[in-house]
Amino acid sequence: MSQKLLDILKAQFGSDILETKSEHGDDTAVVLPGSWLKIARFLRDDSRCDMQMMVDLCGVDYPSREPRFEVVMHLHSINLRHRLRLKTRVGDAEGDGAELDSVVSVWSGANWFERETFDMMGVVFVGHPDLRRILMYPEFVGHPLRKDYPADKAQPLVPFREGYEKLPPFDRFEGMSFGRQVFRSGKAD
Amino acid sequence: MGEVNGPTTTRVFEGSEQGFATTRLDALLGWARKYSLFMYPFVTACCGMEFFSMTSPRYDIARFGAEAPRFSPRQSDLLWVVGTISQRQAPVLKRIYEQMLDPKWVLAFGTCASCGGFYDNYTTLAGIDKIIPCDVYIPGCPPRPEAVFDGLMLLQDKIARGDRTPGIVKPRNDPGGLVQLGHKTGTKAPA
Amino acid sequence: MEPIDQELEEGELELPSQPMSLNMGPSHPAMHGTIRVVMELSGETILKADVQIGYLHRGFEKMCERGSWSQVFPYVDRCNYASPMLNNVGFALAVEKLLGVTVPERCQYYRVVLGELARIADHLTCNGAMAMELGAFTPLLWFIKGREMIYDIMEEETGARLTHSFGRVGGMAQPPSSNFKAMVGAVLPPILSILGEAETLLLQNRIFIDRLQGVGKISAADAIALGWTGPCLRSTGVAYDVRKAHPYLVYDRLSFDVPVGQEGDNWDRFMVRLEEIRQSVRIIQQALEQMPDSGPINVDDPRIVLPPKDEVYSTIEGTIQHFKIVMEGIKVPAGEAYGYTEGGNGELGFYLVSDGSGTPYRVRIRPPCFAITQALGGLITGVMIPDVVPTFGSLNMIGGECDH
Repeated sequence: MSQKLLDILKAQFGSDILETKSEHGDDTAVVLPGSWLKIARFLRDDSRCDMQMMVDLCGVDYPSREPRFEVVMHLHSINLRHRLRLKTRVGDAEGDGAELDSVVSVWSGANWFERETFDMMGVVFVGHPDLRRILMYPEFVGHPLRKDYPADKAQPLVPFREGYEKLPPFDRFEGMSFGRQVFRSGKAD
Repeated sequence: MGEVNGPTTTRVFEGSEQGFATTRLDALLGWARKYSLFMYPFVTACCGMEFFSMTSPRYDIARFGAEAPRFSPRQSDLLWVVGTISQRQAPVLKRIYEQMLDPKWVLAFGTCASCGGFYDNYTTLAGIDKIIPCDVYIPGCPPRPEAVFDGLMLLQDKIARGDRTPGIVKPRNDPGGLVQLGHKTGTKAPA
Repeated sequence: MEPIDQELEEGELELPSQPMSLNMGPSHPAMHGTIRVVMELSGETILKADVQIGYLHRGFEKMCERGSWSQVFPYVDRCNYASPMLNNVGFALAVEKLLGVTVPERCQYYRVVLGELARIADHLTCNGAMAMELGAFTPLLWFIKGREMIYDIMEEETGARLTHSFGRVGGMAQPPSSNFKAMVGAVLPPILSILGEAETLLLQNRIFIDRLQGVGKISAADAIALGWTGPCLRSTGVAYDVRKAHPYLVYDRLSFDVPVGQEGDNWDRFMVRLEEIRQSVRIIQQALEQMPDSGPINVDDPRIVLPPKDEVYSTIEGTIQHFKIVMEGIKVPAGEAYGYTEGGNGELGFYLVSDGSGTPYRVRIRPPCFAITQALGGLITGVMIPDVVPTFGSLNMIGGECDH
């Protein structure tokens, strides 16, 4: 859609841009992790790009790939009405070593998004003012959105009650003690 | 802790043994308690929208005498747990329950509070009865205000009888068997 | 505090002067959606505020990776539960973007009308709750009355009042009912009159005005840098509405205005939402006129849409089609897409990654109020505790969306 945005990036940064593609109406550029911050700053400050708003920052886990995590950032320019998806790949197969520069100095709105990516994926953002868990509680161990974290593995904070049984399902004749309603279909209870 | 098994406190009047005076007193206390419930709305999620509707003029909760919200657990006796309780919220819920004074009752509003709903994952508490005792479970996602009133009436019935066994609101109409073949599904327009 | 019996000279008595730490929430009447604000106070003025969310984190993104694409709709409904239809439509559009299909025109109008009704319900709830927390209980009850009318329509169309899971990839679950246009047309004048009545109560009230004007101000540049969108951004003066900037469905054929504020304070956010309800009513009226009365609702593609039930039981193709879609899920081709619509709070985006199977690989919801709530700490620093209540209420943080 806005191929010229990708051309501007390629002209400016050359070998830092690993690949670009345009599909489904979105433009995507995959960049080297080391140049993440300077590309972000360029996209905000350059008048042809004018990406004043950082829309979203998230991580995707590809355990079959190396590097494992893909940090995806969506940018948007209100004045020029174009969008860009910026991606970079970090992290080894175990999920360690996933470090990336924080773009909080470029867009202050990246604060909570980076905290969430850290919380859910384990990507550490270097230079973030306050990198701690946001959706999970501080005592939680692990990063839930990784593919190797089982979805139903809970880490309860409060010990569960003992000595009670979950109620068995009621049958037709138990339940409320007041009035039995006559069903509209005419069948008596 | 707060779990009362059996009838509420009895007081024997002079001269008479357990009998007429005490049961009438129990009935009086039960009647007074059930029609003057002060609620603590522990509202978290989507069921809160139906909670709003329930307290509004159309499905008026005031006619049950239960519309007075007291936002301090020390001043309320009915804990409405409305919405999903996450593991992070569980200590908060337990603390609020422990701060309430006897006699107290707990209403699990909605499926997430009753059993966790379809969030069987790392972060949702699978039902509040894992941490606090619950008196009435109201299934529904979210339950219609009428279903909530069924639950409230069930709870009032239990309070009047001094019954502490938990109960579930059952559906008024069993919809099984009503879907017929040829029923309008609407994926293709008539040719 | 120092012990009383300590010997002190005159004039040497010291009072403790450390800031007090107070906890607002997560169970608090004004913190709707459970949020915890840990505040350091000096008297009643807030020196530092730490906003902690996550008390309603329900693992939406992890749950989506378990089932099929159609099984995401109930989960997505419960994200912004004040306007669930907008979530359904947003997710359906994002998947259709990845598939490369466009729904028929009648379905587009249907989605627009139901979506705008949901937006009206969302704004009514937000403004009503904010007024209630300031003590104006009556407008809340009137707004809930208006919302009940909308819920009646939703119930008639979808079967459920609130979380209806009515959207489907490639269309909607059912076509509109036969008196859809009459029903919706009948509900719009009462909503407008409710709005007018509440305005006469609120907008001239000195206390209401004083509590909202000048409180919770944010500049347009700050708002954009924070990622604000929706009514909160428009209240700062930036006229960015996804429906106008990047029109989707049939919004380019409908004429409506985008209300914009000036100061970016609570009053402007409140007024922008009120005015947006009027614009939504305008949109609905035009959409009802333009909506075709007959025509397909679902895309005519057997790989995406379930066949009618009688075909499933009588023809072999229907059985196979039903079986494949239900058991394996809709086979969305591998790739990724970011689909965005105007939700109740702003730009609701879905970043979808598909690996070609029927199960989503990654569903990322970009919640508008996540970006908005991260400004709350800054907005309430330096104001007094009572100012937190309208500020937080005007941001319309919906817990299910913010904590996804």
